[in-house]
Order: sequence, then structure tokens, then C-alpha cells
Amino acid sequence: MGGTIALNPGNISATRKVTRRATTESLAVRWTLIGATVMFLGIFLFLPLAVVFAQAFEKGLATYWASLREPDALAAIRLTLLAAGIAVPLNLVFGIAAAWAIGKFEFVGKSLLITLIDLPFSVSPVVSGLIYVLLFGLQGLMGPWLARHNLQIIFAVPGIVLATIFVTFPFVAHELIPVLQAQGQEEEEAALVLGASGWQTFFRVSLPNCKWGLLYGVILCNARAMGEFGAVSVVSGHIRGLTNTMPLHVEILYNQYDFAAAFAVASLLALLALVTLLVKTAVEWRARRQAAQLALWSAQEEAKA
Amino acid sequence: MGITLKKPSILPGFGLALGYTILYLSLLVLIPLAAAFLKASSLSWHQFWHVVASPRALASYRLTFGASLLGALVNLVFGTLVAWVLVRYSFPGKRLFDSVVDLPFALPTAVAGIALTTIYSPNGWLGGPLAAIGIKAAYSRLGVAIALTFIGLPFVVRSVQPVLGDMEKDLEEAAASLGASRRQTFMRVILPTILPAALTGFAMAFARAVGEYGSVVFIAGNMPMRTEITPLLIMTKLDQFDYAGATAIAVTMLVVSFVLLLPINLLHRWSARREARANALTVNSSPNTLAEGEPA
Repeated sequence: MGGTIALNPGNISATRKVTRRATTESLAVRWTLIGATVMFLGIFLFLPLAVVFAQAFEKGLATYWASLREPDALAAIRLTLLAAGIAVPLNLVFGIAAAWAIGKFEFVGKSLLITLIDLPFSVSPVVSGLIYVLLFGLQGLMGPWLARHNLQIIFAVPGIVLATIFVTFPFVAHELIPVLQAQGQEEEEAALVLGASGWQTFFRVSLPNCKWGLLYGVILCNARAMGEFGAVSVVSGHIRGLTNTMPLHVEILYNQYDFAAAFAVASLLALLALVTLLVKTAVEWRARRQAAQLALWSAQEEAKA
Repeated sequence: MGITLKKPSILPGFGLALGYTILYLSLLVLIPLAAAFLKASSLSWHQFWHVVASPRALASYRLTFGASLLGALVNLVFGTLVAWVLVRYSFPGKRLFDSVVDLPFALPTAVAGIALTTIYSPNGWLGGPLAAIGIKAAYSRLGVAIALTFIGLPFVVRSVQPVLGDMEKDLEEAAASLGASRRQTFMRVILPTILPAALTGFAMAFARAVGEYGSVVFIAGNMPMRTEITPLLIMTKLDQFDYAGATAIAVTMLVVSFVLLLPINLLHRWSARREARANALTVNSSPNTLAEGEPA
């Protein structure tokens, strides 16, 4: 069988040479399609990114820094970091628990559970905020009780945190479930048979195995948590310096025609988006390399056999 | 023997993980969602209908669904094109274009909103030239469609891309060797293979666009009856402390998005089945390929 492996590459490239003309388009068609793609993505993706930075720096670096150093802007940045800092870890723990139950076990009602977990993805951001107003607002179901105990959730920080948790709810679970499912149980079973405890198995075997999927889920969750606008807008009450997150601060500045300041704060959020894309690309690249390595190993194993 | 609800496994932690999952899901998602329906049920049918079928609400549905459909259709065509070009061709900067496709997922919607408005406003980079030929892009229905095209852009690309990537060239080679023209091969072989995935992406883009708020409110102009989307109508009612009205429209939107989940799931399943069958075909045919590779 060793001969097969050695012979195959040459064979493939020979076929490719022959079939190139039949299964691809003429040069003119190819470049027209590439041109259309570049145009479309250029107009819809690169232009908005470019305009954010162009507008942010239009009035010079000094104005840019001043817009970010302003107390209201700093308060908005702090609140955004706080909301994401609470929402992301909570959804991370939930995502791991959900992925463990769904990815490693077979039970009745599993696909219903997956649908329910993904539910927040299909709810409009405005509605996501509204449901908390209906629950905790003054007119809401728990409103009178909260008012009696002097607890404020809506138009306060807890409401913002709750709305952020809701809109970022499925991210980690959504990324982790397929990864855990694909890995199967063999490695965990081996660890348990060799005497590892349940937690040891989880921390030393399962977690390292899914770390890239986990990182990807967390980074997406964080991007949405820091950038959420609609849901947070409903529950915040827009109190400057107190319940304004970065996206809400951008809105206020923009509606006051303070474009340079609005785009300065927006440029920070755009930077966050770029970092998110960078990490995503790096994670995918690693995953692909790992898969290629795995394929190579199994091919070598097969060759030996 | 009782009914087994769970397949036995030696892995620990099932009870803890599932229990926590269900508790957290109920507290943060299911109970708040139920609260909206509970609140809506306190309205009489007449009150509910009066809000949900008011001319202003109907106009907002027409705009929301019309612009979402238009955006999703643009993405169906261009998303398939982008996926095709990214999988099949190589050109300078391809890696960069590929990774930036997910930008609408990563960029906060408010940032996208003000950026698009600035580009398409009458003195913007594209709004200027468009205004010169008499097209009003920002503060019009077209602006809403542009914003909804932006936020739905990754869906079709990302669902078609893996299918195209996994597609073996054997079928196309067979079609070509049997005398099919490139166009015939595309229409009869390639298109049917990627269609389920493309439609799944289309439906997902549509569903996402229907609920979208942040990227639209800046560019729409927000004129009642003309450029007011449904999520904004909810917002307006909330600002006027009309909780009952906001709830009625919100519940209508929730029902629509839950109903949309059904075709999306069906399309997804169809797409997965297609792919599984295609993979099975490839696996079955691979021994032959190997045999051909054997030295005579």
C-alpha cells in the first residue's frame, strides 16, 4: 500500500491539469466575478470601517483624545466594561454546563433544549430589553415589590447587565456544543478508567480539547456584550454618566451633531470589532492546521498498516 | 423496565450540568419571555387588535418585512457569489476579504448605523453621487434596506462556503465530460448542491433583519407611516409610557420570529441531509479512486 501514497500526489496533479479547462471559468468570467465580489465587500464592509476612522480623526488627534477623556465618555467605557465583565463570565459558565450536558450525553428533549438556548438569537434586541421592563419596571409584574424594597433594576445598572446577558446568552454554548459533540467520550472515559476524578477529567482532558472553540465563543460573546445597543437602550433610561454604555453614548453624541466625538468613541468599538475578527481568524487558522495534522497522522497510520 | 430518559454513560456531571443549564435558562430567558406573553394576555382581544392592526403598525410591518426581504435577496445573490469567489478563485487580498466578511457580526450596530448614515447622507461618500442622479439613499426606505443588507451579509456567505468547499469536483468533471457546458453544469449540478445552504442563509438573514434596530434607526429618518420600522415603533410606544401597546407589538414580533424558526430549522436539516448524502457518495467512490491509483 505504500506505493499508493507515494503515487497519489502525482496522479492528482495530473488529473487537475487535464480538467482545469472543463471545471473552471474563462479568465474574463473569473475576474468579473472577483471584481464584483471586491466591489460588493468594499462598499458594504470596508467603506463603513473607513468612514468611522476618517470621521474620528477629522478634527485632529487632540479632539480625538479629548472626546475619549471626557468624564461622560469615561463613565460609558467603565459601564460597558462592567456589563461585559459580568455577562461574559456568567454566560461562559452556562455555556460550558450546557455544552457538557448536550455534547456528552444522550437524553430526551435534547433538540428542544438546543432550540430554547438559541432563542435569544431570534428575539429583536428591542423586545429583549422590553421583557425585562415588563418584569422589573414600575408597571411590571415585580415592579411594586421591588419598589417597596427600594430596589431599582430598570433604568439602572442591573437592568443593563440583565439585558446584556440575554442578548449574549447563546454565544458560548452555541460554539461549544458542536465541538464537544464531535470529540465523543473516549478520551474522558480513558481518563476516568485511569482513576481521574470527574473535575480532573474535565479540567485536564475536556477543557484543553475545546479551548479554541471556547475562546472563539467568548470573544464573540464579548463583542456583542460591549456593542449591544437596542436592548440596553430600552432598559437604560439614558442617564448620562450613570446608565450610559459606549454605544448609547455614541448615539447621544451623534444626535447632538457632535460627530467627531461620536465617531471617536465609535472608533474604539470598531477597534474591538477588528480585534474580534483577528482572533477569529487566528482560531480558525489553528483549527485548520490541527485538522490537517490529524489527517496527516491518520494517513501515516494507514500507510504503516 | 421504566422509560429511560437518558442513555447510560460513565461520564459524571450530567445532573449538575443539565440542572444548572435549565435553571439559568429559565431564570434569564424563559421566565422573562413568558412575562411578555402574560402582560399581553391582560389586554382584551379588542385592545390588542386595535394596536396590532393600526395603520401605523401595518405600515411599519410593510417596511420591516419588505426591506428585510430585499436585503436578504441581495445577500442571497451576492452572498453566493462571494462564497463562490472565496472558495474557488485565488486573488491578492483574498484572506483579508474572507476574514472581514464577519464584520457585521462583530461591529456594534450603533457604529454600523452612524457609519452607513454618514456614507449615504446627501453629502456623504456615496450619498453625494447618488443624490446627483436623483436617488435619496439615507433617510428613506432605501436606507433601511441598505442597513439590513449590511447586517445580514455574513449569513449566506458562511452557510454556502463550507458546502462549496466540501464539494468534490468529480461531479462537475462528470458533467463536463458528458458534454455539459459550464453554464449547464452550474445550473444543474452546482446550484442544486448549494441551494439548501443558500436558502438557509437567506432565511437567517431575513430573520435577523426583521428584528434589527441599531443599524437602522440612524439611517431610516424614522417618519411614522413612511420610514418607521416595527422595533422603533415599540421603542416610541415605550417612550410614551404606552406599555400595553409596546407589549402587543412585541408579542406579535416574538410570534413572527418563533414561526420563522420553523422554516429555518427545516432548511437547515435539508441542507445537512444533502451534505451527508454528498459525503456518503464521496466515501463510496473513494475506493475506486484508490484502485485507479494502484500501479498496474
